[in-house]
Amino acid sequence: MSELLSVTINGATNRVVRGTTVAAAMLLAEQPSRISVTGEPRGALCGMGICFECRAVVNGIPHRRTCQILCEQDMTVETSR
Amino acid sequence: MKPFDILIVGAGIVGSAVARECALIGWRVGVIEGGTPAGGATAAGMGHVVVMDDSPAQFALTAFSRSLWQRDSGMLPKSVEYENRGTIWVAADDEEMAEVHGRQKAYEEAGIEAQVLTAAELADKEPNLRRGLTGGLLVPGDSVVYPPAAAGFYLAEARRLGAEVFLARAMSASQGQVLLSDGVSLVAERIVLAVGTECDLLPSLPIQKRKGHLVITDRYPGFLHHQLVELGYLKSAHKVTSDSVAFNIQPRQTGQLLLGSSRQYGNEEPRAEAEMLRRMIERATEYMPGLEKLSVLRVWTGFRAATADKLPLIGPAAGLSEDRSLWLAAGFEGLGITNAPGAARLLIDGMLGRASAIDAGPYLPARLMEPARLAHV
Repeated sequence: MSELLSVTINGATNRVVRGTTVAAAMLLAEQPSRISVTGEPRGALCGMGICFECRAVVNGIPHRRTCQILCEQDMTVETSR
Repeated sequence: MKPFDILIVGAGIVGSAVARECALIGWRVGVIEGGTPAGGATAAGMGHVVVMDDSPAQFALTAFSRSLWQRDSGMLPKSVEYENRGTIWVAADDEEMAEVHGRQKAYEEAGIEAQVLTAAELADKEPNLRRGLTGGLLVPGDSVVYPPAAAGFYLAEARRLGAEVFLARAMSASQGQVLLSDGVSLVAERIVLAVGTECDLLPSLPIQKRKGHLVITDRYPGFLHHQLVELGYLKSAHKVTSDSVAFNIQPRQTGQLLLGSSRQYGNEEPRAEAEMLRRMIERATEYMPGLEKLSVLRVWTGFRAATADKLPLIGPAAGLSEDRSLWLAAGFEGLGITNAPGAARLLIDGMLGRASAIDAGPYLPARLMEPARLAHV
């Protein structure tokens, strides 16, 4: 069985399979990656680092492209506001 | 076509502000724009509404104009993003701190609120500035706007009051007649050139292009609260020969940071230059080291319309042209956004022969005529 990692997304603990991108973990947890200027929730669109819609705060660093980052044990992820 | 009272060439923020003032007094107004309205210097600039005391005439015009921005602030649509952020002029050493005190007095005497900040007060207001700065001058009444939307508001107001807009290039403008690229010919009692850096219609306009670069970051709400400008700015902005950069940063309503500034003469190449951007960003990180960790989204350049004495051309073209129908509202360099409403008022006061809130003399175009022309007037 694949190894499970624990990742905190907007304060809630989520278990994901090693190798999952942060963008995928956010989609699984049904959390938006960011809130647009006009207040709309946004999530990963292209999934390959081009569209920048999946930016979120990863381990305290804002505007990380979550589709380009793999989940790690005890990572914290927050919706970018 | 029925003659207009006034034709305005250029729908940047200055032309649009003039159009609104003219429409307000009931004139039949035509506005001519060959490109995108507000797509030239208006779109390229920062949108800092600021009182500048670098000369008594600039001080008077910026203070008057800022009072008009404040008066109108309640009626501006949301898209203009008017925010009363205030400016902090940042002092890095004792010499600059002495200047802070001198300028505070000058502002106070002119009735413009300005407070001296100690090093601790500065750090408290803007925690992302580096430690060890000497202090600053807070000018609370200054503000930030989004210039293309502000120009759009002025033009929409003018249209609401009956102004007509012609989206075509003015091929010639003289003796009360403007010929458009689509073949239309318009007639008016007066023509105003509000053309920014585009001088083809009157090649004797004493305007030089001064290139600038700007950088905008991603959204970092709370990183910055006021528009910050280094006090050395006036020194570097007034160098007329070499390329210069100065720390100048503005918080946008979105949380984005707009970072300036550079000044270059004799460079008409619109491409962004890596070397100027490097110098600008280096200068900025000397003041705000945390900037290094932020992401830049976009960079662009623009051209300021500069005059030899740093003051705009507002009034009849007399001295630069024999054509009595021509008026000018041009040459605002880096202060076109700030000064647009004040310039519009001065220009119309001049046309109506009525008294202005401030002395219009220092901005009359005739001051910059060449000695050879002087002999003929």
